[in-house]
Amino acid sequence: MSDDVLRIRTPIGIKYQYSAGPRVSSHLIGLMEGRFVGKRCPSCHLVYMPPRNGTCAKCGCLLGEDVEVGQRGTITTFCVVNVPFLGQTIKIPYVAATILLDGADMGMQHLIQEVEATEVRMGMRVEPVWRPREEWQPSMENVLYFRPTGEPDAPYESYAGQL
Amino acid sequence: MSGGTTEYTIADDGSFTAPLELFYPYKRTVGPLLSRFLTGLREHRIEGTLGSDGRVHVPPAEFDPMTGEPLSEWAEVSSTGTIVTWSWQPSPVEGNTLQHPFAWALIALDGANTNLLHAVDAGSADAIRTGMRVQARWATEPVGSITDIECFELVPESAA
Repeated sequence: MSDDVLRIRTPIGIKYQYSAGPRVSSHLIGLMEGRFVGKRCPSCHLVYMPPRNGTCAKCGCLLGEDVEVGQRGTITTFCVVNVPFLGQTIKIPYVAATILLDGADMGMQHLIQEVEATEVRMGMRVEPVWRPREEWQPSMENVLYFRPTGEPDAPYESYAGQL
Repeated sequence: MSGGTTEYTIADDGSFTAPLELFYPYKRTVGPLLSRFLTGLREHRIEGTLGSDGRVHVPPAEFDPMTGEPLSEWAEVSSTGTIVTWSWQPSPVEGNTLQHPFAWALIALDGANTNLLHAVDAGSADAIRTGMRVQARWATEPVGSITDIECFELVPESAA
C-alpha cells in the first residue's frame, strides 16, 4: 500500500518565439548591455522605463525616442513581505519596492536587499546589483536586487507626483 | 514557473526576437481512484471502475456519470482492444512516448465500455484503419503513469 502511486509529475512547457517589436526591442537589448533604456512619449514627454508595450498610458500614442535613464533611483513606495508562500526563494521579511530611476517618470518594481526591512523608507536612494555579466539575458532579472546607496534621501517633492 | 532565453536575433530594423519558454513543473496528488489505476499500470494491469449501469470506465471515472455517486467497484479489462477512431501524428513533439510518426487513437479495450486515448505505433497512416485490433506495448521501466503503456501496436490479422 505504501508503495502505491500517490502523485504524478505533469510538467507543462510552452515554447514561444517572442518578437518584442521595435518599441520594446531597444529596452531588452539595453538590458543585455547592463543599461536601462526607456522611451519618451512624444506628446506628454514622460519617460517610461520599462517602455510597457510601447504606448503611453496617458496619451495612448506610440512612444518615441529611446532614453537611457540612470542606474540609481529613489524608492517611492514599498511593501514588506512577511508571508511565506510556496516557491518563495527569498528569506522573509523582505521588501518589494517601486523604484523611480533617475530620469524616468514611471516607477518599476524590484526587490530591495542588503538592508533590514525596518530600515527601508520612502525617498531612500538605491542602486542595482547586477548578476555576473556572463549570465546576462534580455531580462530585468539581470538585476538581482537594488540596495541602498547611502546617499541622503530624495526630497519628498521629487517623487510626490508618483504617489 | 521558470523562463529564459540564450539565443536571440536582432533584425535590421532593430527588432528583437528570442525563444521564450514557459515551464511549469507541476506535481500533483492523484487521489485514491487514479492511484489504484496508475499502480495497476505499473504492474501491467489495466483496471476501470464499474458504473451503476454495468458499464466499465477506463480510465476510471471517479463518479458515476448516471447518478453522480462516487464509484468504488473495479473491473480488470484486457490490454487488447479495437480502434474506434484515429488521427495521424506526422511530427511527434517532446513528451510523446513515440518519437517517430504514429497515430492517436481512441481504443475500446476488451471488457471496457469507454474508450482510451493512446498512441498506436502503426508505421504509416496507410497501415491503420478503424476496427483494427491493437495490444498494449509496455514501457521497459514502469513508473506508475499512463505512459507505462508506451503505445499500442497492431495485432497481426492472422492472430486476431
